[in-house]
Amino acid sequence: MRHNLHLQIGPASFRIGSAWAAPIRALSALYQDYPQAELPCDFTVRLEPQKPWRRWLRPSVSIAGDYVLPGAAPLPLEHGLLAAEMGMNLQMALGQKRLLLLHAATVERGGRALVMTGESGAGKSTLAALLGESGWRLLGDEFALLDPDTGLLHPFPRAVSLKNGAIAVLEGKVAADRFGPLLVGTPKGHIRHLRPNREAIERAREPARPALILFPRFGADLPEAVRGVGAAEAFVRLTQASTNYGHLGLRGFEALTRLVTQTEARAIDYHQTATALRLVETLWAEDAA
Amino acid sequence: MRGGAALLVRLLRNPIAAERIGPEAWSEVIAAARAESLLGSLASRLGGMPLPAKLGALLDDARRDAERARVQALWEAEMARRALARLEVPVVLLKGTAYVAAGLSAGVGRSIGDLDILVPHHRLQAVQAALIDAGWEWVKEDGYDDLYYRRWMHELPPLIHRERDRMIDVHHTILPLTARRRPSAAALIAASERLGNGLRVLAPADMIVHAAAHLFADGDLAGGLRNLWDIDRLVRDFGARQGFWTELEQRARLHQLLGPVARSLRLSAALYGTSVDIALAGPARLSDRMYIRRLLARDGWGRATRPAVRLAFYIRSHWLRMPPLLLARHLWVKARR
Amino acid sequence: MAGPRYTADPPGAMPTVELNGLTALFHVRSGMTHILAAPAPQILALLAEGPTTRETILARLTDRFAVESEGDVLELLEARLSELENAGLVWRS
Repeated sequence: MRHNLHLQIGPASFRIGSAWAAPIRALSALYQDYPQAELPCDFTVRLEPQKPWRRWLRPSVSIAGDYVLPGAAPLPLEHGLLAAEMGMNLQMALGQKRLLLLHAATVERGGRALVMTGESGAGKSTLAALLGESGWRLLGDEFALLDPDTGLLHPFPRAVSLKNGAIAVLEGKVAADRFGPLLVGTPKGHIRHLRPNREAIERAREPARPALILFPRFGADLPEAVRGVGAAEAFVRLTQASTNYGHLGLRGFEALTRLVTQTEARAIDYHQTATALRLVETLWAEDAA
Repeated sequence: MRGGAALLVRLLRNPIAAERIGPEAWSEVIAAARAESLLGSLASRLGGMPLPAKLGALLDDARRDAERARVQALWEAEMARRALARLEVPVVLLKGTAYVAAGLSAGVGRSIGDLDILVPHHRLQAVQAALIDAGWEWVKEDGYDDLYYRRWMHELPPLIHRERDRMIDVHHTILPLTARRRPSAAALIAASERLGNGLRVLAPADMIVHAAAHLFADGDLAGGLRNLWDIDRLVRDFGARQGFWTELEQRARLHQLLGPVARSLRLSAALYGTSVDIALAGPARLSDRMYIRRLLARDGWGRATRPAVRLAFYIRSHWLRMPPLLLARHLWVKARR
Repeated sequence: MAGPRYTADPPGAMPTVELNGLTALFHVRSGMTHILAAPAPQILALLAEGPTTRETILARLTDRFAVESEGDVLELLEARLSELENAGLVWRS
């Protein structure tokens, strides 16, 4: 693979190879302040043509690597950066076996972490990105990594994947050089990647203790609501939000039961980002008390 | 030395070589090992060696994952045992699950997929009914494939457990009925050995015959390096037994698999340095080199290489499974979909 | 007429954690996690003492755990035992 790059993101390192230069250039720019990768890399991602001639003719990028999703559709070359990000996601989702992986957006303040998890489209990435720009440290917008041995959450500060309306919101708050290119017409609409701020990158090896679990739900007509979530419900929902719970055996069981019995969980409904942010601050203050 | 399958094989054969491998090359070995389902085996081979911390952590993960796979495989076997217990039918475990159930070195670090069992042909209906009763269901609904499977294949159409989401392959012999060679399922079952829990495994010589059959006479050599590693480990476990080589030759002849067994011994010796009986393995053949090229067709990025060789073996595997007329009809029906 | 005797793994092989009214159970032998509601954990606790028939289980349940003994309780018990068998936590010896 003529074009390639190594990336270290939190505790995981990736080796990304590509048949085309463009995606590697875009990745390099997006991750420019990140530390050197520790070798050997944890995972290998390959961006390659499905058929040899698709390298030049209507070039399309197939995502391959240590772990693959059979039947996944290739992406056009102009979305190569997205393919690389999806490839890294896939390796983590299918290959991470030491840390318990939760689909969640996580932020930290004062050494304590807020974990937001739940269905896609609930706006967790956007909330995490906004919190990360207003006094919180972003740990990650896609995956939370729970260490079964310590009960702490490890940061995985990938570039935040902002979609559609969220792009403009963050563009208004963050310097232009922290953004990747605008990707138009992806399967999920417009996407733009946002590099986490300096603090998030510099402190990417500092874990944090989970203090509050939130299950946010977004709906245009949803009245604002807050509800307590019991340990059993939280446990079941978190196993559903994990791609590798089954791989961790007894350690995973102990880690997750410990998490839900020692950490408060709440569900919130909101129809406006500002509402969600306000609810977060309120619940956080309550929890600290 | 370049990464990929060649370096992987060298390390499996001779773990001491690990001391001379740099971090970049390790990335390549690991990618190739993952692609060949040999990372667990490699991790076991390198266990106890002084290695850089990052690499050590990666291999620890692989060993732990292999342990999880072992627990899962043995559990599937146990649930099948419970489902079939009242039938009083001999249930012979095959492949990876058999190796871990019998505590063989071929099972150490092995990645294990589906549960494979061998049962007598005349009890198939009863076995099928009992499994479905206990929560397994058919994977495919397609009528044609079902007919094809039942008439020609050596196993039932695939079953998957409704809740555990794990597959079981129920074999009644070890090669498709369309293949040229006809192993004796009855002899395999008759010679099988009973484990403590009542499940059975093949006799040692038959295990090697089966592994060779699976490697050459059934597949296109995908996963071949791992299959061959199984054979290397089995030979190491049993090769020193009194009369073993004579037994292996006899069983290979009985099952009409002398050629594949001999070739598997030659290739295992060539790649993994296995000590084999020269008489049984026979002299090296020109075609052995093509097999080795196919087996090593994996680069340091985990990519399949050597497309021409791969295609040749792919066509050959279909040729072996099916007489030409049947193959034409099968491919035609598939193409029509 | 004695029915089948049911068995379960010993408690050490099935660590549990109470989660507000439900029991999370890790079954070491299978590597699987189960969420159980009463009387399933109580049934497992009883079976830890040794292989037991259905009738004995019912008697001990009503006796020790104050489980209600009205209606077609035996049928309900069979349903619970069947679920536990499907989950692999209980089997017949």
